[in-house]
Amino acid sequence: MKADILEKMKVLAESAKYDVSCASSGTTRKNQPGTLGSAHGWGICHSFTEDGRCVSLLKIMLTNYCIYDCAYCINRRSNDIRRATFTPDELVELTIEFYRRNYIEGLFLSSGVIKNPDYTMERMVRVVKELRTIHRYNGYIHMKSIPGASEELVRQAGLYADRLSVNIEIPTEPNLKMLAPEKNHQSVFKPMLHIQQGVLQSNEERRKFRSAPRFAPAGQSTQMIIGATDDNDKTILNTTAALYTRPSMKRVYYSGFIPVNTYDNRLPALKQAPLVRENRLYQADWLLRFYEFKVDEIVDDRFPNLDLEIDPKLSWALRHPEAFPVDVNKADYAMLLRIPGLGVKSAKLIVSSRRFGRITATTLKKMGVVMKKAQYFITCNELAFNTVHETSPEYIRKKLTEKKMKKGDAPLNQLSIIFPE
Amino acid sequence: MIVFRYDKTFDGLLTAVFDAYVRKTFPDKLLGEGELAPLFVEESYLVTTQAERADRVWKSVQKKLSKTSCNMITHVWLSEEEGSDELIFRYIRKNLDSKHSIEMNFADPDVLQLNQLAKKVGREAEHIRQFVRFQKAADDIFFAPISPIYNALPLSVEFFADRFADQKWIVYDMKRNYGYYYDLKNVTEIALDMDENMPDGKLDEKLMAEDEKLFQSLWKTYFKALTIKERINPKLQRQHMPQRFWKYLTEKQ
Ligand code: SF4
Repeated sequence: MKADILEKMKVLAESAKYDVSCASSGTTRKNQPGTLGSAHGWGICHSFTEDGRCVSLLKIMLTNYCIYDCAYCINRRSNDIRRATFTPDELVELTIEFYRRNYIEGLFLSSGVIKNPDYTMERMVRVVKELRTIHRYNGYIHMKSIPGASEELVRQAGLYADRLSVNIEIPTEPNLKMLAPEKNHQSVFKPMLHIQQGVLQSNEERRKFRSAPRFAPAGQSTQMIIGATDDNDKTILNTTAALYTRPSMKRVYYSGFIPVNTYDNRLPALKQAPLVRENRLYQADWLLRFYEFKVDEIVDDRFPNLDLEIDPKLSWALRHPEAFPVDVNKADYAMLLRIPGLGVKSAKLIVSSRRFGRITATTLKKMGVVMKKAQYFITCNELAFNTVHETSPEYIRKKLTEKKMKKGDAPLNQLSIIFPE
Repeated sequence: MIVFRYDKTFDGLLTAVFDAYVRKTFPDKLLGEGELAPLFVEESYLVTTQAERADRVWKSVQKKLSKTSCNMITHVWLSEEEGSDELIFRYIRKNLDSKHSIEMNFADPDVLQLNQLAKKVGREAEHIRQFVRFQKAADDIFFAPISPIYNALPLSVEFFADRFADQKWIVYDMKRNYGYYYDLKNVTEIALDMDENMPDGKLDEKLMAEDEKLFQSLWKTYFKALTIKERINPKLQRQHMPQRFWKYLTEKQ
């Protein structure tokens, strides 16, 4: 490898890092005897950066040169930044050598657009094809499909990559056009559709012939930037829900807008990335995928934005005191899942344990239920005494959002005992 | 108080279960052969480990319990936690004594505790899969040191064998001074003389393969470049990546 490789690495990792989808899950690829790599159903995080994010894949760009000028992107052509380009061979070697040292689960390849979408996509496909065919590499590969690339190249990419993604970036088309005049939703939805067709067709063929080639077996994902436009959470979550109805769509990622390109006055003046909001959106996303919630239960016209102070499940519960308290010894699984402070794991434990006897508050605590929250919404063996009905939603909100007192704050603590609410 | 002494092997523990049922006395305490006895011992019994007895116990455990629960027992054994053998003993006994297995009854403190400890050991095994870092040596063997809190390396060996099937490697538990070596065909358990060669588990530059230094630098560069400065959160980093693993992490050197 040439001497400038370290410099290229620095430039191209910096440019790639704002893409948040870190998951490498969703595929199981058994290792062929004697070859390198395996992909397990559950992706492994091999490290964590100082900002606490999982490092699972070598997330890297082929190049950060770009002919486009998207307002929210650090790599837009009007930015005066350092630019670099890897050769396909360099990327192949980096992936293999990092993988052999157990640094990574695989490769996440994206790129700026050089010359035209097909030219760029063709070079990316060359990387993944070489990894699979020449190096017989079985690790995970996530490849970004370049908006506007031809169907044929998307098809080829799907033969070698585990997951393909096309980022929608901005949840509504007018806003996308405002910030990225050279893009439109069509250029995103079309490749999404090609990927979906590829996946469905391959599933169909594999039902008939087990040896038929797999196509992007981990499906596709996409990402939305949060807070670069005025789209509210209701709009965002409706877009999400619509995306999840597509058969191959596995994950929607949210990326709090990091104020790059502050000179561009189409962008809002943010001091900080909206991290809390991003987190709340992920929680809402979980509610949609695993907790059997509908979008209009989480946000509606009256509350079009997620509550930043409390999580969306608690927020729902406080707006629906009539649904509580829930008797943990009787309620069905779906209802258990609605209890704040109680997750999928504890709900399952409860269902399988109560055949043996009644569940008490102590058992719940041991099962990992967050009683601080759950206590207001349940009855178990003991009599319920301070549920949302004996108290009030306002009281609970206050209780659960007040800052924890430190030891030094004792006088305040005492005060609150003298004057109980 | 009834005390059983045994050789602190898993087979020994299972033999103790066997003997207890034969003698119809059950220990309140399990001790190693040389361990100090508590006060007020009414009865002390010395278990002689017998593979055949252990086998019979394990077979009836397997008959009664799901595969997951059997795995959990092994996990808990590998925890090497104080009292984990007594926990396994009680767990096996409770299950054998009841008509149906009680493995799903998490309201039972032993069932819950066994599950939780097993999970912790499982998590440590996962940490090993996450945080092992191979260094390529001049003789083309990839070497990785690790010192997990639980003896969880055996649980992760298969993963490495499956994933790195076309390279020679060693994963070595520095704390317990043993490891596994894969020679492109088989995995074998080995013990190395570590103190002399590399007390801290790091390959000396002289012993490294030609490009090793370069790839370490590339990885470090990559890792550093990846951090989003606007979002620094060391607490979160430590929560996901316990500090005890840092000393062998290439990117943390
Ligand atoms: S096309 Fe991609 S890399 Fe290029 S400016 Fe737009 S977002 Fe950035």
